Amino acid sequence: MSEHTLLALASIIIAGLTMALGALGAALGESRIGAASMDALARQPDEASSITRNQFVALAMVESTAIFCLVIALVLLFANPFMEG
Amino acid sequence: MKPEIFADTVLVWLGPVPLTRTVASSVVVSALLVLLGASLARAVRRHPEGRAAAAGRLAFGFIHDLVEQAAGRPWPALEVFAGTLFLFIATAAVVGQLPGVPAPTANLPASAALAALVFGAVPLAGIRARGVGGYLAHYLKPNPILFPLHVISELSRTLALALRLFGNMMSGHLVVALIVALVGFFVPVPLMALDLLIGLLQAYIFTILTAVYVGAAARVGEQS
Repeated sequence: MSEHTLLALASIIIAGLTMALGALGAALGESRIGAASMDALARQPDEASSITRNQFVALAMVESTAIFCLVIALVLLFANPFMEG
Repeated sequence: MKPEIFADTVLVWLGPVPLTRTVASSVVVSALLVLLGASLARAVRRHPEGRAAAAGRLAFGFIHDLVEQAAGRPWPALEVFAGTLFLFIATAAVVGQLPGVPAPTANLPASAALAALVFGAVPLAGIRARGVGGYLAHYLKPNPILFPLHVISELSRTLALALRLFGNMMSGHLVVALIVALVGFFVPVPLMALDLLIGLLQAYIFTILTAVYVGAAARVGEQS
């Protein structure tokens, strides 16, 4: 295997791992947010609009860690600085 | 196939200056917003009871409430700044759903420019509210040892703002493109609806975070 192939292989495997672990963490965090906001909604149905708004904001903040992983995976695949050409 | 994720197509060269697709679409979005804002302002002045005036007042009330909740007090200058960011990002997300038109924010330099605006607005608001000394002093509170952490937090939250917006806007289009390539037309329609929702949500979050950061910089003195 040439050096270029080895580098490509490593990049692809690491990109998959990055996405898998990043999605895992985000999924765990978002499930906790979902459970907590459902709990809050059941306790305080009058505050539904405020709870839903804050829930969406928290979800998007947690989601962004998975998005960072996606950006890094895409850098590895399509804009890898060590693989010119 | 090499998708265009970090690159940007140059449409025309205006002398030495390249006019890229991102620049073109953001200029179009800005022009649309200026026209819409001007016509809504005229509607509010001429026909205060009309539908257009009601829409304009609703939009303004939305931004006003958002800033007041996030910053803790009504603050017209921040309403203008955060409202502009909200309208630009939301309109960009809607425009990005048109075929062949890229969302201006689905480009790393463009979203980084928006985040850099927020990065610059934070010290400006802090200095206006507290003076240069008062603002700089908050870097040394509660203990001078924490100075590096303050600097790192300001830099990393700017990076997070830029990457969050870019990643969310770009990933939606990428997923749609992948599904079209794998399955075919009309299958990714629900994903495009989700992408639209995510785009508007990201505009909301970007605005809330801007208001929180700028509001926190101006509130530095009130705590001590």
